[in-house]
Amino acid sequence: MSDEQHGMFGAAGTGDTSGYGGLVRATASAGSSQRPFGGYFDQVADDLERAYPDFADAIERVVVDRGELTLHIKRERLVEVALILRDKLKFEMSMGVSGVHYPEDSNRELHAVYHLLSVTNNQRIRLEVSVPDVDPHIPSLVEVWAGSNWNERETFDMFGIIFDGHPGLTRILMPDDWQGHPQRKDYALGGIGVEYKGAVTPPPSDRRSYK
Amino acid sequence: MASRRPRVGLEEKLPSGIVLTSVEKLAGYMRKNSLWPATFGLACCAIEMMAAGAGRYDLARFGMEVFRASPRQADLMIVAGRVSNKMAPVLRQIYDQMAAPKWVIAMGACASSGGMFNNYAIVQGVDHVVPVDIYLPGCPPRPEMLMDAILKLHDQIYDEKLGPNREKVIKEVEAAAMAAVPTHQLKGLLA
Amino acid sequence: MSTYADPYASSRETTEGTVFSVTGGDWDSLVTEIGQAKEERVVVNMGPQHPSTHGVLRLVLELEGETVTEVRCGIGYLHTGIEKNIEFRNWTQATTFVTRMDYLAPLFNEAAYCLGVEKLLGITGDVPEKADVIRVMMMEFNRISSHMVALGTGALELGALSPMIFCFREREKVLDIFEFISGLRMNMAYIRPGGVAQDLPAGTVEKVLATVKDLRQSFKDNEKLLVGNSIWMKRTEGIGYLDLAGATTLGVTGPVIRATGLPLDLRKIQPYSGYENYKFDVVTADTCDVYGRFLIRINELEQSLRIIEQCAQKLKSLEGAPVMVADKKIAWPAQLAIGADGMGNSLNHIREIMGTSMESLIHHFKLVTEGFRVPAGQVYSAVESPRGELGAHVVSDGGTRPYRVHFREPSFNNLQSTSAMCEGSMVADIIGAVASIDPVMGGVDR
Repeated sequence: MSDEQHGMFGAAGTGDTSGYGGLVRATASAGSSQRPFGGYFDQVADDLERAYPDFADAIERVVVDRGELTLHIKRERLVEVALILRDKLKFEMSMGVSGVHYPEDSNRELHAVYHLLSVTNNQRIRLEVSVPDVDPHIPSLVEVWAGSNWNERETFDMFGIIFDGHPGLTRILMPDDWQGHPQRKDYALGGIGVEYKGAVTPPPSDRRSYK
Repeated sequence: MASRRPRVGLEEKLPSGIVLTSVEKLAGYMRKNSLWPATFGLACCAIEMMAAGAGRYDLARFGMEVFRASPRQADLMIVAGRVSNKMAPVLRQIYDQMAAPKWVIAMGACASSGGMFNNYAIVQGVDHVVPVDIYLPGCPPRPEMLMDAILKLHDQIYDEKLGPNREKVIKEVEAAAMAAVPTHQLKGLLA
Repeated sequence: MSTYADPYASSRETTEGTVFSVTGGDWDSLVTEIGQAKEERVVVNMGPQHPSTHGVLRLVLELEGETVTEVRCGIGYLHTGIEKNIEFRNWTQATTFVTRMDYLAPLFNEAAYCLGVEKLLGITGDVPEKADVIRVMMMEFNRISSHMVALGTGALELGALSPMIFCFREREKVLDIFEFISGLRMNMAYIRPGGVAQDLPAGTVEKVLATVKDLRQSFKDNEKLLVGNSIWMKRTEGIGYLDLAGATTLGVTGPVIRATGLPLDLRKIQPYSGYENYKFDVVTADTCDVYGRFLIRINELEQSLRIIEQCAQKLKSLEGAPVMVADKKIAWPAQLAIGADGMGNSLNHIREIMGTSMESLIHHFKLVTEGFRVPAGQVYSAVESPRGELGAHVVSDGGTRPYRVHFREPSFNNLQSTSAMCEGSMVADIIGAVASIDPVMGGVDR
C-alpha cells in the first residue's frame, strides 16, 4: 500500500471543481516492528526461531500492530513455516485464506493472509505472503490444514492467486465459466445505472464519493 | 401465462357468452383458493416466507401451507431473495418446469430490482429471467406484507379471463403498452 | 406421460458418461435406462433448489444403491459480492451490507465487523458500557432465534413437522424484541462502529424479562418433542460422525467441534464486548454426531437466557447512559426518533442543525456523506456466532471507505466437512448431517 493518498474523491472525471482532487495525504501503515514485541508475540517469535533455524531467512518482515502479530513470509518457505507452526508451536487451526489486492505495491500486488489459532495456547497469529501479479503462485497449504481447500479455491476465484499443489483449484463462488477475478481492484463493480423518470443514478462505483 | 395455448385443460372446452363469465369466476375462485407455492427461498426473504407459513402469520388459512418441492405440483413461485448470476439458469429451469397456470411473486427488493446489490453478481430484478406478476418491496418484507401481496395476487387471479376474453385482454394490454410513454422519457417533478 | 418432449428431462452423452435429468414422474424411464447401462456408478444431483438442503446448496452424490460413496458440495448460488460492494460505501454504511451475509445471525456479522473497525480506530476501550451490554443481549437473543431456525428446519428436513411450528413461534417472540429495540425484525444494522444505533426504548427491561420467562417455559415444552424420542435418536445417533482431529484440521468451529468434547467457545477464551463479566457455561457433548450437536444447540438456548437475564439486571442500573462512543468525530451525529412518516432524525436535532448552528449542520453533513477516516492497517476480529467462529479481516488504507473486508464465515468452513461426514453413509443421513452443520448459504457465498 502506498504511503500517500492522492485526491479526496473516488470516481475520477466527475466534474469536481472543489480543488480537493489535488489533495495529497500521508497514510503510512505500520512498518516493520522491532523487539520486544509485547504480549505473547515474543514467546512465539522465540519458539519459532528455536524450531526453525532459518527463521530470519524466511521472514521478510514482522509487524506488531493493534495487538496483532503479522509475519510476512516468503512464498517458497510458506509450507515449512506452516508445518513448524502447526506441529511445534501448536497452531492447530487455520481460519482460512484472505486475499488482498494492492495494485500500487508493484511486484507484490497480491497478498494472501492466513489467520492461525492455537487452541492449546489461546494465541492468534497472522501470516502474510505477497506475490506479483505476473507470477501469482503460492504453495498450497491443503496438506497442512485440510480446511484450506475451499478457502484457497475462493481466493483463486476472487483474486487469481494460483495455489500450487491444490488438489482441485476451480472456481467456487462464481459460475465455472466466469472470466476475470471479481475482487481485484481492477475489476469493475459491475453495477448499472438506475433510471427513473429522466434521471439516472450511477452505480456506487461511479458516483462522486469520497475516498 | 401469456400466449402459449395449453393443449389440455379447461381452456380447451370453453363455452361462450354469459356461461363463460360464470366459468371464469368459478375457475378463478378455485385457482386462487388453493395456490400451492414452490419452494424457491434463496436468502433472507426466505426466512420471512417461512415465518409467514409458520404459526403466527399463518398461510394455511389461504390453503398455501403446502410448499411443494416439485415444481410440477406448484402454481406459485415466490422468488424470495437475491438471485445471483449462477442461480439464474436454475430459476428459469424451475419456472419452465411448472405447469400452467403459474404465477410469480418477486418478494423483496433484491428479487424485484436487484435491491441494494447493484453489482456483477446479482441479477438486477428477477423479471430479467421470468415474467413477474407481483413485485413486493421490502428488505425483507414483513410476513404481513407478503400476505398482502398474495391477496392482491388472489384478486388478480380471480379476475383472470379465459378463452376469447383473455385474448381480448391481452391485445388491449399490449396496445396500451405500445402507446405508453417509455420509462426513459418519463419526466419527474423536477423536469 | 407428457405429450411433448420436455427439454429438461432427457439423457445425453458427455465425456463423463450418460447424464440423465429426472424431473418427476419419469422415474421408471430412468430406471430402465440405467438398467441397460453398463456402469454401476450413479451420480445424483441434489439442488440447488431442494427442500432439504438448507438453502441454495447443491450436493452431487455418487451412489451405490442407497450408500453414498462420494459427496461434493456445489456452492456459490447466492454469491452477492458483498465484500466488494463494501469497498464503495463508507465504514458505517458497510454495516447494512454486512448484516445480510449470514441472515439468520445478522447481529453477529455486524458485531464482528464493528469490533474490527473499532480495533482499527483504537476505540475498543471507549465503547460505553451500556453499548456493550446491549450488544451482548442482542447477540444472545440472536443466538436463540438462529438456533430456533436450525432446530426447526433440521427437524423438518428429517421428517418431524411439528417442531418447526413451535420453534418459529418462539422465534417470533424474539423477533418482537428485536422490533421493539431496533425497529426491524431481521437485518437490523443496529450495531454500528462505536456503539449501537439508538438507545433502548422505555420498558425494554420488563419486556425482556417477561420474554425470557416465557421462552424458558416454551423451551422446556419443546424439548419433550424430540429429546429422548427414539425415532429421532435412531435418525441422528451415530450419524454425521466427525471427531476432534477431523474437525481441527478442517477448521470447523461451533457446535460441530463442541460435539467432539472440545469446549472451544470464543466468548470464554477470547472474550469481547464484556463477555468475561457474565456467568455461563460452555455446552459440549462427546458423541461427535448429529444428536450431540442437536443437544448442544438445545442447551445453548438455556445458557443464552442466563446471559440475557444478567444483561437485563445490568441495564436496570444503566438508565440514561450513552450508547455511542463519546468521540464526536466518529459517533453518528443524529439521534433517531419515530416521526409521522416512520423512523428518522429526531426533530430536535433537525431544528438544531437547520435553525441554530451552522457548525452542527456541517458536522452532520460531513459525517453522513464522507464518514470518518480509519487509520491504515489490518485487523482480524472474531466473535462466536451460532455456527462457529465468525471472523472479520478488515483492511484500511486510511480512507473513509474500507479497503478490503473479508469474512471468515463459519458456515463456509464447516460445510467443507460434509464429505468427511457423509461418505459411506446413506442418502437420508446426508440430510441430517448437513442440517447439523447448520450452514446459512448467505454466509457461505457472501
